Amino acid sequence: MESQLALIEQSFNSRYSCHVREALDELPDSFTITDPSICGHPIVYASRGFLKMCGYSREEVIGQNGRIFQGPGTDRRSVMEIREAIREERTIQLNLLNYRKDGTPFWMLFHMNPIFSKEDGTAIHFLAVQMPLSGRGRRRGRLSHDSGTEDVMFGSCRKEVCFDSLLEVGRVLEHNNSVLDSEDSAGVVDIEETCEANELEKRRAASAIKNILSVLTHYSELTGRLVCGKRGCCNGTSPLGSSVAISLGRIKQSFVLTDMHLPDMPIVYASDAFLKLTGKSHTCRWFCGHLKYSSTCKLVIECSQRCEVSLGYLILLLLAHAGYSRHEVLGRNCRFLSGMDTDPSTLFHIKESIRAERPCTVRILNYRKDGSSFWNLLHISPVRSASGKVLFSCFNVPVSRT
Amino acid sequence: MSLSLKIKRVPTVVSNYQKEEVGRRSGGCGRNCFNMCCLPGAKLPLYAYHGVDSTSDEKAFAELEDADIPMAFLDSLILGEWEDRMQRGLFRYDVTACETTVIPGKYGFIAQLNESRHQRKRPTEFRVDKVLLPFDGNKFNFTKVGQEEVLFQFEASENGEVQYYQNAPIDVENSPNVVAINVSPIEYGHVLLIPRILECLPQRIDHESFLLALHMAVEAANPFFRIGYNSLGAFATINHLHFQAYYLAVPFPVEKASTKKISIIDNCGVKISELRNYPVRGLAFEGRNTLQELSNMVSDTCVCLQENNIPYNVLISDCGKRVFVFPQCYAEKQAMGEVGTELLDTQVNPAVWEISGHMVLKRKKDYEEASEENALRLLAEVSLSEERFQEVKALIFHSIFCSLNEEALDSEEDVEVQFAEDLLGMKLKQQQGSHSAMVAGTHDCLVMQ
Repeated sequence: MESQLALIEQSFNSRYSCHVREALDELPDSFTITDPSICGHPIVYASRGFLKMCGYSREEVIGQNGRIFQGPGTDRRSVMEIREAIREERTIQLNLLNYRKDGTPFWMLFHMNPIFSKEDGTAIHFLAVQMPLSGRGRRRGRLSHDSGTEDVMFGSCRKEVCFDSLLEVGRVLEHNNSVLDSEDSAGVVDIEETCEANELEKRRAASAIKNILSVLTHYSELTGRLVCGKRGCCNGTSPLGSSVAISLGRIKQSFVLTDMHLPDMPIVYASDAFLKLTGKSHTCRWFCGHLKYSSTCKLVIECSQRCEVSLGYLILLLLAHAGYSRHEVLGRNCRFLSGMDTDPSTLFHIKESIRAERPCTVRILNYRKDGSSFWNLLHISPVRSASGKVLFSCFNVPVSRT
Repeated sequence: MSLSLKIKRVPTVVSNYQKEEVGRRSGGCGRNCFNMCCLPGAKLPLYAYHGVDSTSDEKAFAELEDADIPMAFLDSLILGEWEDRMQRGLFRYDVTACETTVIPGKYGFIAQLNESRHQRKRPTEFRVDKVLLPFDGNKFNFTKVGQEEVLFQFEASENGEVQYYQNAPIDVENSPNVVAINVSPIEYGHVLLIPRILECLPQRIDHESFLLALHMAVEAANPFFRIGYNSLGAFATINHLHFQAYYLAVPFPVEKASTKKISIIDNCGVKISELRNYPVRGLAFEGRNTLQELSNMVSDTCVCLQENNIPYNVLISDCGKRVFVFPQCYAEKQAMGEVGTELLDTQVNPAVWEISGHMVLKRKKDYEEASEENALRLLAEVSLSEERFQEVKALIFHSIFCSLNEEALDSEEDVEVQFAEDLLGMKLKQQQGSHSAMVAGTHDCLVMQ
């Protein structure tokens, strides 16, 4: 997993100057920062407060996805809401049941904010603050409708207990003794209804977010690669989905994708493998799509543009290493891969096919960053939205096995 | 007194070999179908899923995602094979060309304009008063599909690890489970899961087949891949056991609906809730511990509904962690002439996808005028009334208690059932075995047997 850890290091190092971790370490709050552009959307930073709250060490947490803190009692609908907020790159705040390393559940107020790049408005990180809810200790409580005769242990949660079924009461009363002393926390979490955060807790979460954001903003200024809490205006391209990044990261091959609706058909995505040689990982612009790798070497794409739900298809062949950093390939036309000896009529053929929305396959002489040339078998295909519109072409760069 | 309720509708074409006329070919049919005449010697890819039920499915799920099996990710296989069939022209139309939009409003219903899905054919009669009907070999069934429509076999792995075989023989002795295309897709990747295809099971859920469907959802490991089931009387077209599945890259409205927890059953890791603020009344099951427990609970529920002749639909979502069950009564209402012509004219058959919030509309007019209000109006007709739903719920719970208590040799079980009866103020069937009579009471959908 070396490359994964390297990517995680890069996630921060490329964006913030080197003392950012120390500055974040000084904050008292419990929070995590995740990177959607890395496969699996892993945690790239976890505060000391967070590690203490959930009982894990830093090494156990960095590189993991946030779902490891979920468990049987975690409400699935809440998980879905978080997933949607990530996909739509927006803020969300809800009460969530998480689990510590020792398996004990606890309620917390979960407040997540995307962090946008000022350059192109993409969400480059997600910041999540976790505020444990007051008094929710480790002891589980029992439900009782007759507080006079039973020992009621609620911790000090002030929420009301509501019964949806007296049947449940019957069972609980029957079994309360056995439940009381049981140390077994698997399966049954007696208190399942949402625990509500109070106003104070919500305010504290919001101010924690602000503090952390200002630290990040400050340290991003020093690298010149600014971040901000709100999506700024970008240069006219459609906002892109973080979930795309997560899916794109799963594709092992190297490839690039171009957007034919933008002038000069620039590259809008380049895979990790494509950039492998430089070892750099930069944020990049995403289109709204969801790529899947298939067993027959075809890629299928699901495109989602704001409210429009659509699907398309994409055919991909193998790839090549071109030795460019993502930053360098972004915004450039694939022509930059051509050089002196590239046959101009081939380039013309490619352009015509794209215009006619036809797939085409050509052999073309391309050039690497270091100036060396290689023969490429390129396959270009249209990608369609649900309404049948061609959104962009895929430009595949296969490995020439020499 | 026996009353036979029927409605006329155009059946959905799920296979290129589906015809309205009956007719049985004997001997080799020469059509490369999926029956004994053409199967011997045939090969089909086999995906062997991770069948071991770990104590924590959460972990199993995480492991699956990280596993480096580039060629065998189930959803990639489905989509890759689907794409291949699309290239071969096996689908009746190009679903990617169908316009789809999310209807503005608080529910987020999804509307698709699909004029090709329902043919302009003569409608056939469907019985809607019986949820359980015996398999009829003369009618269309999945052994009559062309082998090219079948994508792969789906079996449990013997060693607990995911395996993929590109050219596996088809074991006709132990009828395989297969995944086939739906030639009238609603979305990209719309497939059919047909358990033990050669056994020709009728459309009815049993524990084994439901567990298989759940495994598929877990295996796909994609929250946008849902599996659905329609019982007879709830708009299943074909009386041969099958589930449907497809990808939709947004949450279904029902997945976003709030729920009210109604029971925790100790020693069984399943949380059962009732849907709240959703036009169709239904139950939501959330798995906590093992897949088996969730599967058993939902299967028991479905069996109870089947035995009480209540049509229903099932949606498996969230990678097999959440299952929704909707008892419904639209077909009966339609047969009794209780549905308004406006709704009937849309010819929307509210099956599991529509109930979950994905409306497939066949007329441009309906698509352009699609509104949350219209969607709510249709779904309100599908839902059981509150009263009736509570009765059905009691039936289901009784059935679940009985099943659970069969395992736990606990003397308290009769006390609990008595207790439940007293509380709910109604008489529940005490005996095991088939429930031949409905619980009396006032209800909207009366089905006589």
